[in-house]
Amino acid sequence: MTTGMTTPASWALRESATFDRATIAAIHQAAASGIYDIRGWGAKRALPHFDDLLFLGASMSRYPLEGYREKCGTDVVLGDRNARFPLHLDIPVTIAGMSFGALSGRAKEALGRAASEVGTSTTTGDGGMTPEERGHSKTLIYQYLPNRYGMNPDDLRRADAIEVVLGQGAKPGGGGMLLGQKVSERVAGMRTLPAGIDQRSSSRHPDWTGPDDLAIKIAEIREITDWEKPIYVKVGATRTYYDVKLAVHAGADVVVVDGMQGGTAATQEVFIEHVGIPTLAAVPLAVQALQELDVHKKPGGVQLIVSGGIRNGADVAKCLALGADAVAIGTAALIALGDNDPALAADYEALGSAAGFYDDFQDGRDPAGITTQDPELEARLDPVEGGRRVANFLRVLTMEAQTIARACGKAHVTHLEPEDLVAISIEAAAMAKVPLAGTSWIPGQGTS
Amino acid sequence: MDTLTTTVDTSVETTIETTTYDLATTPLRELNSALHASGITGQYVVEHPAGAHNVAVGVDAPVTVTVNGHVGYYAAGMNQQADVTINGNAGPGLAENMMSGTVRVTGNASQSAGATGRGGLLVIEGDAAARCGISMKGIDIVVGGSIGHMSAFMAQAGRLVVRGDAGDALGDSIYEARIYLRGTAKSLGADCVEKEMGPEHLEELAGLLKAAGYEDDDPAAYTRYGSARTLYHFHVDNTY
Repeated sequence: MTTGMTTPASWALRESATFDRATIAAIHQAAASGIYDIRGWGAKRALPHFDDLLFLGASMSRYPLEGYREKCGTDVVLGDRNARFPLHLDIPVTIAGMSFGALSGRAKEALGRAASEVGTSTTTGDGGMTPEERGHSKTLIYQYLPNRYGMNPDDLRRADAIEVVLGQGAKPGGGGMLLGQKVSERVAGMRTLPAGIDQRSSSRHPDWTGPDDLAIKIAEIREITDWEKPIYVKVGATRTYYDVKLAVHAGADVVVVDGMQGGTAATQEVFIEHVGIPTLAAVPLAVQALQELDVHKKPGGVQLIVSGGIRNGADVAKCLALGADAVAIGTAALIALGDNDPALAADYEALGSAAGFYDDFQDGRDPAGITTQDPELEARLDPVEGGRRVANFLRVLTMEAQTIARACGKAHVTHLEPEDLVAISIEAAAMAKVPLAGTSWIPGQGTS
Repeated sequence: MDTLTTTVDTSVETTIETTTYDLATTPLRELNSALHASGITGQYVVEHPAGAHNVAVGVDAPVTVTVNGHVGYYAAGMNQQADVTINGNAGPGLAENMMSGTVRVTGNASQSAGATGRGGLLVIEGDAAARCGISMKGIDIVVGGSIGHMSAFMAQAGRLVVRGDAGDALGDSIYEARIYLRGTAKSLGADCVEKEMGPEHLEELAGLLKAAGYEDDDPAAYTRYGSARTLYHFHVDNTY
């Protein structure tokens, strides 16, 4: 069985766990270039995640619902606290904010088509609202970001909800980046910047600095839009318990919490991997904050949307069970569009990467035509076909979540609850605040 | 609406309808809602603002709004078309993200005046605090007095004219906005440098001063500042 082995391990060479090949390559790259690594995607390190949780399906003590017969609802209402026109979504899976600039216009259009097809929302990003995106998105969330690129009151009024962004999971405390390769004439025009420059986005809002100010800012947005639209507040997951409480006090109708697995188009590697907390740890903190303020899962309360590493219907169901009202997907939506498709293996290798590993979203040379502004590359993505693929994926996520909810005896996916979950690692049990499987032990909370 | 008084201003030959809102007795929502009604024209007068936030925000109509008193945050925020005069001082974020029209403050303005503004003219007859013109994206700002630190931070486009002095780090990380300063800056921010005053700049400045009511100023007494454009690309010598 060992004949022909030619790997270093077969020569009895031992790789350092501390200085592994990726670490050695990073040191070489830093030494050669004098600049840190900037890349896309989210945290790649192994983290406690939803895979560390399992559902307790019904048996003797619980009744399941019939898999294909009994109704299991998936609709959610978001933003019914203050807005005259809250959002009514058919499924609890939304598309997260991703900018035109980071993504091609066709990719944005495809996401809008998909969201509209399945009755959910999609979200603008750091580059303003494009007509294509608005036109193809039945329900569009307009992000209000620190740099305010492309921000204008006409688009504010055209939006269905407004998301005040304080940060994102990939880089809480950091502003956006868009390297010159992607700052095309159109992107530059929308951002009022010279074309081709390496564009930095600010990390702080220019006209408010704390939660008391934010309350006035939210009131301003409500006044400008005549109290019609829900106002979201998005935070990268760090001090989530306090951030969520402050967001609610500031007047948020919906709080979006993005864990550190959440994606980015361009951020320093050191930032992506070392700042923020895992999504799994953030959800219970957010829920605790909402519960203590008596606004969790109540009509006219404050809804919680969670993002950061949502990949399948089990992740959706686990998020909802921990107390989220809905989830948002970003990276998974890009993969559904065709990102990192093995069919493009040769193209990825030509870029020095490989299918399954490609994360150079900052370079603008994406062979899948998604994270690029190159007209030839962009043309590779058919927005209609891409929209169909993402819509299919959203349907699968929903059906998978329903499958689990029915098995747990729930007539609506949002009826899932922490009591339906156990953890298979001590870390996950402590973070999710559910018992370690086979025990009644929740680390940090004592036994019950 | 029973507290709303409508009067006819007869001091001008053409009759212009003037609508007065007294914020001591009328909710702010009522004022802003009226200012958002479609097809409005004429003059609106706001009395007793008493530092209220979000006065006359999101207006998109060719109206004149006169506010008699001090205002809080975000007065005239995102203004489009309207000519707004505040006879008093203004709080943070005055005329933030303004698109067009004119906003004039007869007193001083707090932080972040004209933040991210895209168009129109903002005139502050007194001083403006820190971060005046932060992230400005096409607005013209004329300040009668002096401005605080970090003004024109990451300013992308538009013109900032200051008849007095500037605080620390003027124009830090500035993009393509132009700053005209008559006094002195305590310090310049990263990538902000003094630039030559060409004839086109003198002409541009003269136009701005005239529009703001300071046509007697000598444009040649001003110094122009802008971007050295050395931070436009990431490389080893740039620290972020």
